[in-house]
Amino acid sequence: MPTPSTSTQTLPGTANYPACTPLMEMRDVKQHYAVHRHLPIGPRKFVKALHGVDLSVHAGETLGVIGESGCGKSTLARVMAGLEKPTQGQVFFRGEDINTLRGDEKKEMRRNIQLIFQDPYSSLNPRMTVEQLVSEPYEIHPEVAPKAGRKAKIKELLELVGLNPNHSDRYPHNFSGGQQQRIGIARGIALNPKMLICDEPVSALDVSVRAQVVNLLDDLQKELGLSYLFIAHDLQIVRHISDRVATMYLGRVVELGTYSDVYDSTAQPYTRALMSAAPELRRNDGNDREKIILQGDPPSPIDPPAGCRFHTRCPMAQAICATREPELIAVGDSHEARCHFAKDLAAEFVQRAGA
Amino acid sequence: MSSTRKANSMGIHQHANPAADAADDVLLRVKDLEVEFNTSKGVATAVNGMNLEVKRGQALGILGESGSGKSVTARAIMGILDMPPAHIPRGEILLEGEDLLTVTPRRHRQLVGSRVTMVFQDALTALNPVHPVGRQIGELYRVHRGYSRRDAKAAAIKMMDKVRIPAAAKRVNDYPHQFSGGMRQRIVIAMALALDPVLLIADEPTTALDVTVQAQILELLKEQQEERNMGLILITHDISVVREVTDQVAVMYAGRVVEHGPTAEVLSRPGHPYSRGLAASIAGEELKGRRLPAILGTPPDLLHLPAGCSFANRCAFASEACAASVPALELIDEARHSACFHTSEVLAHANA
Amino acid sequence: MSQNTETTPGTAPATDPLAPTNPITVPSGIRPPAGPPAPAASFRRKPAKKVNRGPVWLKPRFLVSGTIVALMLLMAAFPQLFAGFGSDPTANCDIMNTNQAPSPEHIFGMDIQGCDYYTNVIYGARASILVGIVVTAISFVISALLGSLAGYFGGWVDTLISRACDMAFGLPFILAAIVVLQLFSERTVWTVIFALALFSWPGGVRFMRSSVMEVRNREYVQASRLLGAGNGRIIAKHIIPNSLTPLLVLQTLGIGGVISAEAGLTFIGIGLTPPSVSWGLQLAAAREYISAAPHLLIFPAIFLTITVLGFVLFGEAMRDEFDPKGK
Repeated sequence: MPTPSTSTQTLPGTANYPACTPLMEMRDVKQHYAVHRHLPIGPRKFVKALHGVDLSVHAGETLGVIGESGCGKSTLARVMAGLEKPTQGQVFFRGEDINTLRGDEKKEMRRNIQLIFQDPYSSLNPRMTVEQLVSEPYEIHPEVAPKAGRKAKIKELLELVGLNPNHSDRYPHNFSGGQQQRIGIARGIALNPKMLICDEPVSALDVSVRAQVVNLLDDLQKELGLSYLFIAHDLQIVRHISDRVATMYLGRVVELGTYSDVYDSTAQPYTRALMSAAPELRRNDGNDREKIILQGDPPSPIDPPAGCRFHTRCPMAQAICATREPELIAVGDSHEARCHFAKDLAAEFVQRAGA
Repeated sequence: MSSTRKANSMGIHQHANPAADAADDVLLRVKDLEVEFNTSKGVATAVNGMNLEVKRGQALGILGESGSGKSVTARAIMGILDMPPAHIPRGEILLEGEDLLTVTPRRHRQLVGSRVTMVFQDALTALNPVHPVGRQIGELYRVHRGYSRRDAKAAAIKMMDKVRIPAAAKRVNDYPHQFSGGMRQRIVIAMALALDPVLLIADEPTTALDVTVQAQILELLKEQQEERNMGLILITHDISVVREVTDQVAVMYAGRVVEHGPTAEVLSRPGHPYSRGLAASIAGEELKGRRLPAILGTPPDLLHLPAGCSFANRCAFASEACAASVPALELIDEARHSACFHTSEVLAHANA
Repeated sequence: MSQNTETTPGTAPATDPLAPTNPITVPSGIRPPAGPPAPAASFRRKPAKKVNRGPVWLKPRFLVSGTIVALMLLMAAFPQLFAGFGSDPTANCDIMNTNQAPSPEHIFGMDIQGCDYYTNVIYGARASILVGIVVTAISFVISALLGSLAGYFGGWVDTLISRACDMAFGLPFILAAIVVLQLFSERTVWTVIFALALFSWPGGVRFMRSSVMEVRNREYVQASRLLGAGNGRIIAKHIIPNSLTPLLVLQTLGIGGVISAEAGLTFIGIGLTPPSVSWGLQLAAAREYISAAPHLLIFPAIFLTITVLGFVLFGEAMRDEFDPKGK
């Protein structure tokens, strides 16, 4: 099986990823936030936003992350981008722990990892023009584009993201949400990063503009050889853009595999419930999924349930689920699921497909 | 599917005849509604000639993006627009034949809040944080029905049971912040249903909720609507939600309904280029690895709406006629209306 | 695909316009290519009830207060424009005319020394305005500096600055100013400015600190940090520009207060001392002749009131304009 040798090639959405070193890797990352106590006595409590996450993103690949609010996916983005230092565990970029880098190495890392925010407007300084916004990366890293050629570079960049360069003296509020997100993307790719972390980049956009931005991200990936961590709650969009998909629940990765593994032979009850909440996914895949309506709300990440974190809402929970937390069990070449019955669940789909 | 819903989805859509309302079981009819906002930059037209009707037992989805006027329409129906800056230059909102825009304030209070009620997106702000939820539900019975304190509490517990709040009798004295987001939205729904309204308007009721909780709330809304044979207007930007709950859908764009008809048909065989674009932009599996069919451009500026069709500048079917005049909402097949000069072409594309 | 496509105009693509396409053609986000340009004029718009929504400077409150402020500033800078060139508040005095009532030649009458009172009142603007503006400016600079440091860095820097603020807050403003002023026997405008500025900044620092803390957590600051920007750059480019306007508005609102504080201190005898010319001094001197020569009290009082009112209204107009909630 051929493995992409350079980072600029697009990795097909197949299962050849373990062969090469990942571009970014998280190892056993935990991020706990102390909860403000009303009284200075009593035990300290922590929001366990991430609780032992192992993930990797390979060059040219898109890893989609799905899950509900409070599952830790935004924290994942911030930790991976280096905005927050994890309580425990490491984040590696090309094999180096990003939180130990100093000086030029740190600057180099900064150039290579960028984040696209959910709310395009609040991620743009309202008092800066588009030109100022997009040239900020170059002012910080003048070696990328010397002052002389900067104007041309900015023009090129704006054209690349589909903005009219003649509007570069306007302020963010003069643009629509979709265009603002394009400005954010232009700033994000200005330094030719290798890794773009997209934290719900289309959730704040109108339905009719979402597809435009998704297409733009797709095009940029092909042209610039970017890798994406793509977080979204729109399951269809995640399937569309991702090579691999991870499901998160209460700070843990509960299922991980290629998009077709996760969407078509779902082996984890929580992912199944998520999928079944979208009528398009229920009807379009020919498998005619049944509609699963979970009871109750997601538990608080301060006091996650013992055993399997999902057992309190799981329609197929057994006694063992309340006492022992399952590991990520391999259910296919590239497919892992955190469930005691993952193998049975995966087998179900194989049977159905065969029938 | 219940028999009432079947009957209604087969009912023929008529637009002009108010006399027929009683016989037709039309609960709400919005006619040529316009809502404008005075802003610092000029007059923004939020609703621009809106026509709509909801029949008894019908679940109508209003699908549109931000700025399409869907929430403003709901607020106009409920009479909770801030006026000024908003004002309603023309239009009628007929609730069972009575025009809510011209009735006396006294009559308005009798109708709105009991005959027609509303559920908002943010349940936390819809509930008063300093009163127990049971009292807030019971208050409705005390004010509108003259219940005693004890009866009101019993009725509140019954209502909380109905919306499936576990251990309702125990939780009746809890405060809103003691409930989770999904439970709070259930309480808001309980309040909206307490006085047995004929019509419930839900404005993005699940947008603030998690996907799995959203599924619960939608199921509850649908179940209650069918059980009570009530009219339901579900306002949302989410096609999945519309598909899940509604029988009829009205697609709004720039303050107008551009397509109106049975949900399944509108979404699978849209007759208006905009609804077609919306339906197509759902990333189906077959599009994997290809570009998503996107609607180009951005929605029009409500301060300067074009003279013709508002969608013309984003529309691949647009012709000169579209720039010149606004297409009317016209019957395109037995139960469907579309406001487009090129509906036949749009449908032909869908068939191809 | 469809025979109907021929009937669509030239702008429409020949194939299904929504069919998925593969080639990389980034759609133009600014102006969609398809479709005829829509005429800007709307054909059916009835004019809505005209609401006064013109530019800021045409709003009545802004217009009135702005005019007052401009006039007073002009009066403070160039009193000759109002009192006549070559005028001097202490010249041409004739003790024989002491406390003369207003007359056509001396419209404000004469003061105790028999000097033209109109000239004196006009020249009195300078002290008040100077104190108001300079004290506010000093307080603004201190607030911006300390507030930014405390808000941005947090930790011990914040603790240090915040505690200093608390201590300064603990002293009653007027009392503290009195104590400081007592140390000087002859007090000029600059002495008063020093005393007032010494205790006028804590409110501004707290305000700046909280607005910086808010801006610091905005996503555009995080975006800049992700690009590798250092603290200096983030403060200068992102924090200051986005948190300074509210402080500026707050300080403008305070000018009126500073002016009346100066007049008050001077009136009770611990502010400016002669030979300075100020409204406070004039009011203090007029106290004794209140029944014999009421014009000595009335004219500086009117000027003082109008000035303070002008600055307060101006500050409020600014606040309404720049208050993010009003937008």
